[in-house]
Amino acid sequence: MDDLLVEFIAETRETLEALSGEIVAWEAEPGDRARLDSIFRFVHTVKGSCGFLDLPRFARLSHAAEDALATVRSGSRVADAALVSAVLGIIDRIGELVEALDSGEAEPDGDDAVLIAALDGMAARAALAPTPIAAAVPHAPARSIRVPLDLLDRMMSGVSDMVLARNELARRLREVDGGPALEGAFERLSGCVAEMRDSITRTRMQRIDRLFSALPRMVRDTAAELGKAVDLRIEGSDVELDREMIELIRDPLTHIVRNAIDHGIEAPERRRTAGKPVTGRLTVTARQSGNQIVIEVADDGRGIDEVRLAARAIALGVVTAEAVEAMAPAQRCALVFTAGLSTAETVTEISGRGVGMDVVRANIERIGGVIELDNHPGHGLKLTIHVPLTLTIIAALTVTAGGQTFAIPRSAIEEIVHDSNETIRIDRIGSAAVATIRGRALPLVNLEDVLCLDGPVASRGRTLVVLCGVSGRTYALGVAAVHDHEELVIKPASPPVAATGVYAGKSLPDNGVPMLLLDVGGIAAAAGVAAEEGAVQTAEQPVAVADATETVPTLLFIGTDGARRGIRLAVVERVEDVAGEHVRFSAGRMRVALDGRLLPLAGLDTLPDEPWLKLLRLNDGSAELAYAIGDVLDIVALPARVEAAASAGPVAGAALVDGEPVELLDPHWLFAGIDGGEKAAGAAPLCVLADADNPWMREILRPLVEAAGYRVALAGDADAASADVVIAEAEGPAPTGQSAPIVRLRASPAIAGAGDDSIYRYDRPGLLAALQTSISAARRA
Amino acid sequence: MDKLFLLCTIAGQPVAIRAAQVDSVVDIGAIAPVPLAPAHVVGLAALRSRLLTVICCNRALGLPAPAKPSSRAVVVTVDGHPYGLLVGAIDDARVIEQEPVPIRARLEAGWARVATGMVDFEGEALLLVDPERLIAGPEEHALAQAS
Repeated sequence: MDDLLVEFIAETRETLEALSGEIVAWEAEPGDRARLDSIFRFVHTVKGSCGFLDLPRFARLSHAAEDALATVRSGSRVADAALVSAVLGIIDRIGELVEALDSGEAEPDGDDAVLIAALDGMAARAALAPTPIAAAVPHAPARSIRVPLDLLDRMMSGVSDMVLARNELARRLREVDGGPALEGAFERLSGCVAEMRDSITRTRMQRIDRLFSALPRMVRDTAAELGKAVDLRIEGSDVELDREMIELIRDPLTHIVRNAIDHGIEAPERRRTAGKPVTGRLTVTARQSGNQIVIEVADDGRGIDEVRLAARAIALGVVTAEAVEAMAPAQRCALVFTAGLSTAETVTEISGRGVGMDVVRANIERIGGVIELDNHPGHGLKLTIHVPLTLTIIAALTVTAGGQTFAIPRSAIEEIVHDSNETIRIDRIGSAAVATIRGRALPLVNLEDVLCLDGPVASRGRTLVVLCGVSGRTYALGVAAVHDHEELVIKPASPPVAATGVYAGKSLPDNGVPMLLLDVGGIAAAAGVAAEEGAVQTAEQPVAVADATETVPTLLFIGTDGARRGIRLAVVERVEDVAGEHVRFSAGRMRVALDGRLLPLAGLDTLPDEPWLKLLRLNDGSAELAYAIGDVLDIVALPARVEAAASAGPVAGAALVDGEPVELLDPHWLFAGIDGGEKAAGAAPLCVLADADNPWMREILRPLVEAAGYRVALAGDADAASADVVIAEAEGPAPTGQSAPIVRLRASPAIAGAGDDSIYRYDRPGLLAALQTSISAARRA
Repeated sequence: MDKLFLLCTIAGQPVAIRAAQVDSVVDIGAIAPVPLAPAHVVGLAALRSRLLTVICCNRALGLPAPAKPSSRAVVVTVDGHPYGLLVGAIDDARVIEQEPVPIRARLEAGWARVATGMVDFEGEALLLVDPERLIAGPEEHALAQAS
């Protein structure tokens, strides 16, 4: 409900209560000037206020009464019983209307002509019998008073003081042993203080109706603007939450609802074609679940088109095609939370400006909330927001690091483990660390390091707090010790403290030593923890930082030649034992018979001597390949980027695992080998590398292009002139004397700006697609 | 009230702060540091149930912290957040009838940023210091200049 309107209702009701005595007195003595004046002031005020508020009935009633009373005040008319009754009739009606307004949503309709006519003494007295008002539901308002918020805040801080004094007293009592009588009295006091704190916390609560009452109007206006029909349902308006919280969710909720109407619900004709009711349905519900409030906004519109969203994300360079490929539908959906992304076909007044859902999510997370998507393409979208009941008291875990105590919101904690636990392994990769907890590799961040605290960090004997899900980041936070679960009264951090970006607030726990509440997302950002694999990695994140901690699960094994090797776990379908006799050399390479098929076999140069052979079965999604190994060692998390191999080949690079070098196989090379070998060399298109002196082109790019089935020549080679396509660097000079299409590569993942059609040089699929497109375009032409 | 000033010293320099901006003057106890905070933010201190963000005025001026840390703090509230400004000696609240006058002398950068004028008390010229500018600290100023 409009704040002004609430104010108006409260004020009018209060004045009416105060006025009731005056009215009775005036009735007894119509000539009393002082009474007349106060009643005149009342109707005058009502008239003035309702001018702003668009309440025509109030305006008519108060205006008529004011006119009549003015004539009495000027002495041109004498107040008689009939006039008094008529004025009282109007005041009663105003009272009824105020109650109706308070329970309903709009000024109720009704006819006041009879009442107004009575002022002129024209109507019969009989007509003054109260006429029932249509919308005036019998409604007993809960008794309430208005209290300045400032006073509530003072009460809250007074109670906090009491809690601290109680704690102090408790400490002193423990020292002196005052006997059961004293302890009993203290317990009683303690109970009262706790109860008091509870009820004062509740005084700060407001019905979420305060937030929801603005929705019908907004939905109506938005829908009308877009030419859509929307039926809004609101449930759970009586759920209560902290008044500050209500203000904090106002903007995100507004945005979500507007989005639902603009992007979600289709235009009427489109709905008809889709076989849906022409009127879209939007449901907004609130419910309390434990100490959380759950707000759902569900529409029956088109949902999120994951494919288009992903395509947009790739086009904007927010995420790579490979990453999208690996994503589950839900993760692709979550791309809407990426900054600068919108699937709106056109930018409308309502939304689609590319600022939106990322801000919504950031705002919800800032207040300790979580936002979830439940997408049904073609059938609708449900957004669920979980927010804590109140900002002021949160359940927290206290931890120490560098001799200082900090609090972590319990809602962010997934689990707490000690590093002595056998299921946990900690690996150092360069400057970063990875904790593998029951096979799940998580970036490990030491709180002391992030906060630049002095003192050495013990390498063992630490506790890891697994923090989950904030902005798609899950990581393990290493702390010296974990203490207690506590309910803390949280106060906002002052601007210079908040500016550090790692604190969500401050608190004064029972021991009286100020404590900082950590911002779980802020810590992750400060430590450079990247989004979880497959989740969104936004463009703003510096890639170099992400690289340090992005890891891939890798299978370690001993090769048939005794060397330690690793391969990305994702391409390994399974490990299998086969009889040595199934391996044979045919059609120019090693092959193995498996499940009645012959699979290419790598990792083995000669026919095996042993009767049994261990194989890794690799799958790239379409082709299968077997790789012979000695034995499986382990599964470890290794950084995604490793030391690249000196020359291209089946080994992509090397990494250190437990201090020993491990060769990492290049699945790309392995699969390329089985396909490329069968192609006739002459038919392959010729790709010319523009800069023969560039070692990157020669050593890294060339094998890749060759593996993709192209013949490669360097600029200046004999057959360079007959090129089908040319690859050049975006920064370098344009190659001369070439009629073939040119594919340009740039060194940085980010595009330089509009019109930059170059390709990031490590974007393998992007590069290969561009080569193919250029060649086929050239052949058509 | 607007003629009432709190007189104290910051980095050995006697200064005046408008009493209307001051909540109270307290001795603060243990200060919990705030890692990663700007240098002039000493930490947090409890004043009953209020949590003060403690500011070292010397640092806020871009000067080195005093050799012997002070525990005397002027408590001010800015944008609803309580702060404790660590100062040297606190003289008293005094009524100064004369209006503050603009500073005509050339001040060091730190002082120039926090001083809003000069008042004359018993023949001595005092800098009138704005607590908000002390809280903002030197870094922000540098940033503002850079941009």
